[in-house]
Amino acid sequence: MIVELGHYALILALFVALVQAAAPLTGAAIGNRALMALAGPAAQAQLLCLGIAFAVLMHAYIASDFSVLNVAENSHSAKPLVYKIAGVWGNHEGSMLLWVTVMALYGAAVASFGHTLPERLKARVLGVQGLLGVGIITFILFTSNPFQRLSPAPLEGHGLNPLLQDPGLAVHPPMLYMGYVGFSLTFSFAIAALIEGRVDPAWARWVRPWALAAWSFLTAGIALGSWWAYYDLGWGGWWFWDPVENASFMPWLAGTALIHSALVVEKRDALKRWTILLAIITFGLSLIGTFLVRSGVLTSVHAFAVDPARGLFILVLLLLVIGGGLLLYALRAANLEPGGLFQPISREGGLVLNNLLLATATATVFIGTLYPLFLDAVGGGTVSVGPPYFDSTFVPLMVPLLIAVSVGPLLPWKRGDVLGALARLKWVAAASLVAALVTWYAERGGPVMAVGGMAVACWLILGAFVSIGERIRLFGEWRGALNRARHLPRASWGMAIAHAGLGVAIIGMMGALWRVEDIRAVKSGEQFAVGPYQVRFDGTAEVPGPNYTAQEGRFTVTRGGTVFAMTPSKRRFTDPPQVVANTAIHTTGLSDLYLVLGDEDPQDGAWAVRAYYNPLIPLIWGGAGIMMLGGLCSLSDRRLRVGVPLKRPDLVSATAKG
Amino acid sequence: MSRGWYRLLYLVPFVAFLGLALFVLYHRIGTRSDPSLVPSQLADKKAPGFDLPALRPGEGKVASADFAGRPVVINFFASWCIPCRSEHPVLEALHRDGVEVIGVAYKDKPEATRQFLDQFGDPFKRIAADQDGRVGIDWGITGVPETYVLDKAGIVRFWQRAPLSEADAKKIEPLMQALAK
Repeated sequence: MIVELGHYALILALFVALVQAAAPLTGAAIGNRALMALAGPAAQAQLLCLGIAFAVLMHAYIASDFSVLNVAENSHSAKPLVYKIAGVWGNHEGSMLLWVTVMALYGAAVASFGHTLPERLKARVLGVQGLLGVGIITFILFTSNPFQRLSPAPLEGHGLNPLLQDPGLAVHPPMLYMGYVGFSLTFSFAIAALIEGRVDPAWARWVRPWALAAWSFLTAGIALGSWWAYYDLGWGGWWFWDPVENASFMPWLAGTALIHSALVVEKRDALKRWTILLAIITFGLSLIGTFLVRSGVLTSVHAFAVDPARGLFILVLLLLVIGGGLLLYALRAANLEPGGLFQPISREGGLVLNNLLLATATATVFIGTLYPLFLDAVGGGTVSVGPPYFDSTFVPLMVPLLIAVSVGPLLPWKRGDVLGALARLKWVAAASLVAALVTWYAERGGPVMAVGGMAVACWLILGAFVSIGERIRLFGEWRGALNRARHLPRASWGMAIAHAGLGVAIIGMMGALWRVEDIRAVKSGEQFAVGPYQVRFDGTAEVPGPNYTAQEGRFTVTRGGTVFAMTPSKRRFTDPPQVVANTAIHTTGLSDLYLVLGDEDPQDGAWAVRAYYNPLIPLIWGGAGIMMLGGLCSLSDRRLRVGVPLKRPDLVSATAKG
Repeated sequence: MSRGWYRLLYLVPFVAFLGLALFVLYHRIGTRSDPSLVPSQLADKKAPGFDLPALRPGEGKVASADFAGRPVVINFFASWCIPCRSEHPVLEALHRDGVEVIGVAYKDKPEATRQFLDQFGDPFKRIAADQDGRVGIDWGITGVPETYVLDKAGIVRFWQRAPLSEADAKKIEPLMQALAK
């Protein structure tokens, strides 16, 4: 009964979405205020319906209701509660429901907090959100219904893939979806602007907080995914350029370009047409990321043969949303008024360079990721172009971008002076050179990548510091600097924090080049060295877990005077039957010792052990966390906070006239 | 500025996307062909020769001349290639059944290849290290894994641009026996 209620709420959501799409868009077109006013309540009702549907599915998982096909296929009564909950989005149907629920959440947020939006723009934005909702809810109802019943109900479910029973992966998809779906709002704003035929700085000011929020969540989602790959897959690597990772990385690259180009629209009323295109492309990539990955199309195109209805539906949906958006763009973009002019050497010029490089990088990843798909389409087969392709195409594009990151913020708007900016960076450049030399000396020549990488990281972190220092005139009259720092816009702090976070993450990435690996067979009592650590193997023991039995390796590790224990294990799950290696990681915050227990040799009782000493690697996620904080800090800027433009009527009326 | 031909510029993203979408639609929905049936440019032609350093220390070089006069399976693989992991058990099975499989480690660091083989097992009679991918270019491979069966005269008799499945192994084994006669 409860399950049917959820199904009913989902169907109701479809009708609410139809109203949310039809009424405000019509109202905005004919100037009917009553119809436009429907948008807000419809968006809130949409959240209510989808919230109920989602809560019902979660209840079915928590209660282990195996009469629901989706629960029977993906859950098990002996699973710990947290993985029963995470199991809701650990499968295609449930994750689609989460996706559309998050979208309703964003829609309702605009409806509830967007008091300052012009009536017509708000109606159109919510109307486009409603259209997207119609498409995706239809997709769920007709091809991926999570409320499908199963009769007779089995006594026990199939269980969740043990690799997914992990705290990192429990929160990774919601974070990722908060990011992906956040870009649906920037898409809706772009479409609404195309329909209105007007983009102005006020529009950019309304769009930027949503883009920043989506970007921050996506950053966190990608970092969590990479962290999971690091400690769960047992390879010691953190990024594999595999299609699933790339699918989330592409919208991140495009979204990064978007938050930068929206800044130009906001400050200088320029780059409008490009920003609109970028908003459409970013959401397009988010859609491709979600649908192609979740449906399995990206990893194996044969998913189409397995479920042609679902595959065809996805393609048609992508065609309508992205194709429709781009068609509208083709028809209307030329009508947008061109904005302010600027010299090539200026803050705007720097941001154009940033956008060019990021767009090219996105295209590079796109080609590398989808090339196997196209090859397969023409009859090739599943092949992989792998890291060699990305190393030789993506990395060279990043170098000029990273160098420009520290210069850009020092250029004034309209017309700048590159030599002047570089002169202010001379100490940063000197410090970067020192960092490169120290790395080179410590490594006796070492990998060129590491020497260059350390210099770039230093350049970014100190460059961010200088960008703040320049704003508060720290280097001139430092007395009033603290006071000026307090009044510096949060957006400036956010930018500096995010840029510095990028530098910190790059230090972590370079750490991989100093990795020490050791693979050996050890018997109980044997000792070996990994990097600065001495590791002693003390045998294994069987330890029962909630829904598995673990074969636990006991290791005693010493470094200097400190002694601690590490217990990498192999977990043997029964439902489904699968063995998962559970790595043990000891981190100091600046380096990791990483142990993986392999198999026992039946003849001499020795255990295979893989050990890695990973210097600096934790900084990758630390850096990503700092970047996310930067995004959130920028989001809290008072000019972006909802409601503020109202208090400055001069600005609103000025933009309304312009 | 925004008049006339200039307007057509804004059509470019749409046209590009449409082209891409139609391409995928046509090939995925329109034709459901079996990819392995599409002939290679090398099919029934003599395979290009190669002469590469051996991956295992002390084995010197691996050259195509070494196996002239007997049929052989050539497998391009790499440690960074995820599909290669899925086909690895099939190669192991071929190896157990006495099929001579020569591995070509494509654009891979030798130590990474060795680690890969330590972990998953080594089904190869000999392994050539094609570190800069030269031989891959000569053979016209588009990615890894790719597998070729050459007869006594070095002519390509079977070719696959995808991971081998157990069904493929069942095709390859009798083919190798027939070619050995």
